[in-house]
Amino acid sequence: MKFKNTHKDHQVTDESIYKSRRKLIKAGLIGGASVLSGSSMALTLPKHKTNPSFVIDELTEERDATTYNNFYEFGLSKSAPAENAGSMKTEPWTVEIGGLCEKQGPVDLEKLISNFQIEERVYRMRCVEAWSMVIPWMGFKLADLVKYCQPTSDAKYVYFETLYDPQQMPGQKGRSIPWPYREGLRMDEAMNELTLMTVGMYGKKLPNQNGAPLRLIVPWKYGFKGIKSIVKIKFLDKQPVNSWQAIAPQEYGFYANVNPNVDHPRWSQATERRITGGFSLFNSRIKTQMFNGYEDYVADMYQGMDLTKYY
Amino acid sequence: MFKYVKTIKVVVFLFCLLPLGIMVYDGFQRNLTADPIDELLHRTGIWSLRLLLLTLAMTPLKILTGQVGFIRFRRMLGLFTFFYATLHLIIYTWLDLGLAWGHLWEDIVKRPYITVGMLAWLLMLPMAVTSNRYMIRKMGKKWKRLHQTIYLVIGLACLHFIWLVKSDITEPLIYLLIGLILLLIRIIHHYYGQHTVNQRKFKKGSNHTA
Repeated sequence: MKFKNTHKDHQVTDESIYKSRRKLIKAGLIGGASVLSGSSMALTLPKHKTNPSFVIDELTEERDATTYNNFYEFGLSKSAPAENAGSMKTEPWTVEIGGLCEKQGPVDLEKLISNFQIEERVYRMRCVEAWSMVIPWMGFKLADLVKYCQPTSDAKYVYFETLYDPQQMPGQKGRSIPWPYREGLRMDEAMNELTLMTVGMYGKKLPNQNGAPLRLIVPWKYGFKGIKSIVKIKFLDKQPVNSWQAIAPQEYGFYANVNPNVDHPRWSQATERRITGGFSLFNSRIKTQMFNGYEDYVADMYQGMDLTKYY
Repeated sequence: MFKYVKTIKVVVFLFCLLPLGIMVYDGFQRNLTADPIDELLHRTGIWSLRLLLLTLAMTPLKILTGQVGFIRFRRMLGLFTFFYATLHLIIYTWLDLGLAWGHLWEDIVKRPYITVGMLAWLLMLPMAVTSNRYMIRKMGKKWKRLHQTIYLVIGLACLHFIWLVKSDITEPLIYLLIGLILLLIRIIHHYYGQHTVNQRKFKKGSNHTA
């Protein structure tokens, strides 16, 4: 798959690369900084480069992207995750791999990550609640992880689970969601070039409230597909039921592709409020793009599917 | 207590302005979350609903305590309810939709939560307009009937809230429950409380206490 630059906002201009480089230099990432150590954490992010195919000029400010989160494990309000997630222990972190694949059993996250090439990509992030951000993520391709796990030919879906630990995740004491949080992708979606297993953002390790230490980013889908704090990855032959689909199947589907033409039953998905971080009180809505602007990369996977039925 | 009604009225007035003051202050402090329009929508909506319940609580408070003075805050509370509902509507149509009237119309027609929200505001409008002594006198019994639409408004407002939350409807249900309790007190009073001492005591002084 080629990386074409047909969309205005990820033009690969020298300036945009320069700008994002400058940001990274500020964060101490480029210029020989191959090892990035978080404050007191042991997990280090390996050397990585910015993928020039995925650069968008106007980033959402880091402060907004790290304080305005939906992560019901830490509370229902947008500010709750940043307030409550700080004490979650993310190291050591073990991911359980299983299902229809060769690699089986628990694997230490740091060891797992060392197998893959980490890169930075700036993606649009569109929440099903009709707001959006532009975030520089750092991670590796889920496709690489899938290959590493060596799924059998029966494996048609990849299934993910978030940590279940009510002691660390106070929101799990409530019953807003049948815990643990679950998500899934069709195999071709998992293998898509865009699908990123994410370990960092804004040149740093993922903050806990953003789904540390490992989360999924699927930029052409609504944000809730981006399952956070992943502890389990399984290969299945049947389509799994993701959490929001389980809660309200008439409102949230398995695919959850960003689609301005298919409204949520209760609100429109045609427009969105872009969160930039600047003074935004007078920024009215912008148009939502088909597949969140990633049509060229993903549309062929859904050829012939009725997207009003498979929402 | 009600010897100082005028003083208390000033306090209540300032109390009603406080949420707006905090919104303005938080706006300058950049403290309206990452999505300030959504935050302002939520805060104006929630304060309108709270003040609506407070307005509705005055008659039950009078019934329960026998203090007729509660009624004297009702108009002010009601008008502040309408004030915050109007701010809510302005933020939605102007800041959020950018005055895209086509989009607004589509929302009203297609989104039940917008439909009922809009309806609630429209029903409050005539109540706000007629909430002065002149109209009370002029309309007589009709005034009371008109202002009984407040019960419909509380139902619509709660429905508006229930239909817009993503998953957890506990909060709107609590407001609905409070509204129902307030209504229940009035109903019980209406059917069983006619001959209580309080009722007789206030029969002379009360005029429009629905």
